[in-house]
Amino acid sequence: MTPIISLDHVSFAFDGRPVLEDVCLDIFEHDFLGIIGPNGGGKTTLLKVMLGLLVPDSGRVTVKGGSPHEHRMSIGYVPQYRTFDFSFPVRVLDVVLMGRLGHIRGPFRKYSRHDREIAADALHAMGIANLADRQVDSMSGGQQQKVILARALASEPEVLLLDEPTNHIDVQTEEHFFGILKELHERMAIVVVSHDIGAISTNVDRVACLNRRLFTHDSGEITGSMLAETYQCPIELIAHGIPHRVLADHDGGRKP
Amino acid sequence: MIEIIGYEFFQHALIAGFLASIACGIIGTYVVVKKISFISGGISHSAFGGIGLGYLLGFEPLLGAIVFSLGSALGIGIASRHGEEEDTVIATMWATGMAMGILFISRAPGYAPDLLSYLFGNILFVPTQDLVVMVVLNAVIIGVVYLLYNEFLAITFDEEFASIMNIPVDRVYLLLLCLIALTVVMLIRIVGVILVIALLTIPAAIARQHLTSIHRIMALAILLGIVFTFAGIWISALANVPSGAGIILIGASTYGISTGAIRLRRVQGGVSR
Repeated sequence: MTPIISLDHVSFAFDGRPVLEDVCLDIFEHDFLGIIGPNGGGKTTLLKVMLGLLVPDSGRVTVKGGSPHEHRMSIGYVPQYRTFDFSFPVRVLDVVLMGRLGHIRGPFRKYSRHDREIAADALHAMGIANLADRQVDSMSGGQQQKVILARALASEPEVLLLDEPTNHIDVQTEEHFFGILKELHERMAIVVVSHDIGAISTNVDRVACLNRRLFTHDSGEITGSMLAETYQCPIELIAHGIPHRVLADHDGGRKP
Repeated sequence: MIEIIGYEFFQHALIAGFLASIACGIIGTYVVVKKISFISGGISHSAFGGIGLGYLLGFEPLLGAIVFSLGSALGIGIASRHGEEEDTVIATMWATGMAMGILFISRAPGYAPDLLSYLFGNILFVPTQDLVVMVVLNAVIIGVVYLLYNEFLAITFDEEFASIMNIPVDRVYLLLLCLIALTVVMLIRIVGVILVIALLTIPAAIARQHLTSIHRIMALAILLGIVFTFAGIWISALANVPSGAGIILIGASTYGISTGAIRLRRVQGGVSR
């Protein structure tokens, strides 16, 4: 099986400060991967490298065997909440339609009936079809997060990359949100990046830990015990960022 | 009072005000939502260098303004995209353009009679050829914005996502800055290089307070621009007030009233933000 996204010994530095070191990672068709790590551990940078927004200093990134540029449309990107201005005068439907822009040949991109149908489907999948004409500004945090997810879906991706998707939503919304991701997982691979170990551990199939270096069990099928094992070893290595007892508390509190 | 409409200069003023308001409403909307009014200020002030060069070498000053404003738009855009501090680049372009203008004019033979009209605008003196230029510039601006509406929306809302969608973000942004430069040149005739920044932003800023989609904001901004320029022209003709100053002060007071009304409505509705 060939991976959708493959990182081969990738390193990246900002102004001489190493952010990613020798990262190897393959993301396959049916993956539901969680990447955890402390703030500043390089999680967002890793996603941007996969998207081709940042070019690694060494190593190779391939998407479907080609360059990230060529196959970007296979990746649906859900950036960190509030990285842009939600007070911007734009309707929900217009935001979601932007996910179609990559499929339209430039330079003068106009939306076709087909594009509008796909955008409407994406809104439907997120359960926010009734909000299509609303102003993004007037919605709750959870609803805004769904809009951004719908925008990523409109580009018909094979893999979804989500950066800290649960940062600004409450626990109930969070559970609902992961429920949606599980449904989407039937159709596409999903990668969730978070510093919230609890949310990740209860929901994903495979975990990697990132703190400049990436620690992962590169096996397709992961059992509960392996998941626990995966947590143990890398957590030792990133312990200065995340205290041990936080992990213990989360595990004890959440697992049935 | 009414017979003034019969004068050609007055008709020209109304037509110029109308034409400038169209470009101003469309491009001003992008300036406001993208929060780049100070780039526009830099562009308009550097245009003064071109006006000065026109005086010195004896060609049409507005032609020099077009060249200098496009040059500074591209300069600011390219420098900031290559990691230079945008703020510093704007400030430098802003003052350098003015300094060059002053230097050129001081070297130019004789007296520069309509210098003040370039600095503060004089809508009551717009020659026919300028109206033709304004029609052409408007056609260019409307055409480009119509063709690239979705691209402009994408880069003003979320540049990162736009680049993932394979839109050439830097090139589209530079094109937007060039359209700002052309709009600035049109507005120099109306309010002068120093006041351009206000006329470019005020109508769109007011419209932005009341409406929630780009094309509606554009339409209302155009309408407001027409109201402000016409009111300014009228006051200027009747009360002998400088037209540029009149237009800006009417616009600014309207902006103040609009902001106050919105605040008041929020307080009454019990909404705070």
